[in-house]
Amino acid sequence: MNLTLKIWRQSGPKDKGAMKTYPIQGVEEDMSFLEMMDMLNEQLVGEGEDPVVYDHDCREGICGSCSMYINGEAHGPGRGITTCQLHMRSFNEGDTIFIEPWRAQAFPVIKDLMVDRSSFDRIIAAGGYVSVNTSGNTLDANAIPIPKEDADKAFDAATCIGCGACVATCKNSSAMLFVSAKVSQLALLPQGQVEGSDRVLNMVHQMDLEGFGSCTNTGACEVECPKGISLENIARMNREFLGAAVSAD
Amino acid sequence: MKLDARIPEGPIENKWTKHKAEIRLVNPANKRHIDVIVVGTGLAGASAAASMAEMGYNVKAFCFQDSPRRAHSIAAQGGINAAKNYQNDGDSTYRLFYDTIKGGDYRSREANVYRLAEVSASIIDQCVAQGVPFAREYGGLLDNRSFGGVQVSRTFYAKGQTGQQLLLGAYSALERQIAKGKVTMYARHEMLELVVVDGKARGIIARNLITGELERHGAHAVLLCSGGYGNVFFLSTNAMGSNVTATWRAHKKGALFANPCFTQIHPTCIPVSGELQSKLTLMSESLRNDGRIWVPAHKEDAEAIRQGKLKPTELTEDKRDYYLERRYPSFGNLVPRDVASRAAKERCDAGLGVNSTGEAVYLDFSAAIERYGKTEANIRGMQNASEKEVLKLGKDIVEAKYGNLFQMYEKITDDNPYETPMRIYPAVHYTMGGLWVDYNLMTSVPGCFALGEANFSDHGANRLGASALMQGLADGYFVAPYTVGDYLADEISTGAISTDTAAFVDAEKEAQDRIDHLLNNNGSKTVDHFHKRLGKIMWNECGMERSIEGLTKAIEDIQALRVEFYKGVRVPGKAATVNQELEKALRVADFIELGELMCRDALERNESCGGHFRAEHQTTEGEAMRDDTNFTFVSAWEFNGDPSSAKLHKEDLNYEFVEVKTRSYK
Repeated sequence: MNLTLKIWRQSGPKDKGAMKTYPIQGVEEDMSFLEMMDMLNEQLVGEGEDPVVYDHDCREGICGSCSMYINGEAHGPGRGITTCQLHMRSFNEGDTIFIEPWRAQAFPVIKDLMVDRSSFDRIIAAGGYVSVNTSGNTLDANAIPIPKEDADKAFDAATCIGCGACVATCKNSSAMLFVSAKVSQLALLPQGQVEGSDRVLNMVHQMDLEGFGSCTNTGACEVECPKGISLENIARMNREFLGAAVSAD
Repeated sequence: MKLDARIPEGPIENKWTKHKAEIRLVNPANKRHIDVIVVGTGLAGASAAASMAEMGYNVKAFCFQDSPRRAHSIAAQGGINAAKNYQNDGDSTYRLFYDTIKGGDYRSREANVYRLAEVSASIIDQCVAQGVPFAREYGGLLDNRSFGGVQVSRTFYAKGQTGQQLLLGAYSALERQIAKGKVTMYARHEMLELVVVDGKARGIIARNLITGELERHGAHAVLLCSGGYGNVFFLSTNAMGSNVTATWRAHKKGALFANPCFTQIHPTCIPVSGELQSKLTLMSESLRNDGRIWVPAHKEDAEAIRQGKLKPTELTEDKRDYYLERRYPSFGNLVPRDVASRAAKERCDAGLGVNSTGEAVYLDFSAAIERYGKTEANIRGMQNASEKEVLKLGKDIVEAKYGNLFQMYEKITDDNPYETPMRIYPAVHYTMGGLWVDYNLMTSVPGCFALGEANFSDHGANRLGASALMQGLADGYFVAPYTVGDYLADEISTGAISTDTAAFVDAEKEAQDRIDHLLNNNGSKTVDHFHKRLGKIMWNECGMERSIEGLTKAIEDIQALRVEFYKGVRVPGKAATVNQELEKALRVADFIELGELMCRDALERNESCGGHFRAEHQTTEGEAMRDDTNFTFVSAWEFNGDPSSAKLHKEDLNYEFVEVKTRSYK
């Protein structure tokens, strides 16, 4: 397969950045999108040019590192996948492919396609946990039965990989899907109840501080989420938030 | 050098309790003045960093990823073992201990393994308290499944994403301490040197991967939780960034490297498809609970399948060879990983492989789909369910159990595993070897500890499935927080560690020189070019089967490759910016040195055991043949200027509580 790649190149956070064109030949169908990018980089190194910088690690759709905006879609065409799980069989001979970084105020570009998502870590640090120290003396794991349905829903919310596709996709750059996934996971489990009110208030407060936009319920995040995190979580977080806000001292 | 594992005296079931009771403590006021560095934020690192911070130490945590949540523990799929005996199937601490020792082919240390089994139950309690959403039964209690090499169901799981859920639990505990200011997090940092002052680990040199700056960080103890080194094979199930640099640099500063050749080749991975492939993807061992492994019984059928003239679903039962069930009737498809991998290789070498490269076997779910479908139809009272209805119900059950794995498989291969069997082949997955540690998890450099996959201690020559997560969290939550304190008790009057001393200056210069050399080299070949060649040598000669000729040749080839690498590698760009090629080059340079040591270790260990299979030492049935008289020891290598001159030390393994037997799963 021969393709034309139009890739965002930006040498640093302060640089203006621009799209650059790279032809690439001999791409195979069974290659993953990132293997195609590796091939391009091998070529660029050979030509003495700087290779394209991008985040990636596990290459099996679970670490949440990879983050490319491909042909106007977070993680490119296809549903329920990350960039590393996208394969070249989704493209055709002669295609032009546009590759950009996540774009959001709260995700500043570091270089080329690499962005800074540490705002997500700070939101988790604001309350995305149960305050239990390591002691080995907690309750027996089976002491509190949890209805399977609740456990399964908590699990579904907890599968968020923190990649940021939801933010990149949202026209408001809202992080509601990400934040609500963690709030929901813990709200659905008895262990999360004790700190429930503070958690939702603190996490939402931090989300606002980081410069993420508001949610206008377009649902685009759910469509592009590689893990299929449901919008229901946002509704649940709104309920939690409202409850906490009216009962707060 | 005398190796002292410092194993406490007394009966095995009392050792840890007694040790904990006698271990020295550091009072809370003093903990506030003690700094601890943790390198790596996977299960071992994140849990250790969080726990040490909770106890009151000042922790600095490092990871090369952009967030601690992305460490490769996140990709672990199938589950975590714990001797809870919730299923009332006869499990116990002793049985988990015994299974692990036997699974490791009698090459691990009894006392460490017993402790691992002992704390395993607390891990599950701790994780549930953190809000880890494990799979549950309809009654609301935790569900279990079976993994290879055992005959009980002791594996706790969260679909095929157990590692993710456990790591996010540890990560949230870590973030809580970051918020409190007890942990300072250095993401996008890579450790390049261990700093040793007067014989004690006193800090690290880390490269800031954004600015390229070399930073000096001092501490009273350094915990290396940097994972394994499977990427020495280039293709493995490890993440692209997983590397040996932290432990290798510690090795070069005096930490002994133990059993480097003990590598786990996992039987069920998606086969290699082409030259440009960058990594291999695991299909969880949990699939062997329900999947049956087979190849065609006859060569002509295998040949027809390879040519696309025959579909696997068209082969009748009598034309299939369920070789694991045939060879190992009592464990069947759930034999340990080393045994399953070798059996797959044996069939493929015999010409029965089922993909174009001839290196793949089938993992088939049709029987499970039918069985589950029938049960579900009965539960629903559908007495006359049609075959179609039964299969539909069965597929739903299989999807609920393994949905994400099936989806992953389909995305990569474009095949639908609900309709046609998966094609799988063994791939490098885990390394049992690692830094030598004593009972306290301290390496031979005082103050430098190694936790999780980075150490060698618990899995012997073969790790059982679902035990890596157990070990990472055991070390980080329940072992190191106590044992590191024993060392730190001597450090309460040391005061802050200055980073202006000669040792820091020298270590920084060493790292700087390596970087300068690579950037100014002006060679013509990329880093990946060398990494791929190293990987091929390692896979062919130090992979599933090893021989004296192959290993001897591999050592020569690797030595030549090293010379060529330093002459011919091209690393573009500058040091003072994001430079991913430079990051790779620094890692590959260390992999090349490690590769040679692995081959030497494999050559020196003139027996077969677990995943280390020497062609010269096998039974007539092709099983690994140990030599207990001469090799019941841990190989611990001391760096001596060059991998070729590394010096071998031996820690004899004494089995006081388990009778050493020939491992059999027949």
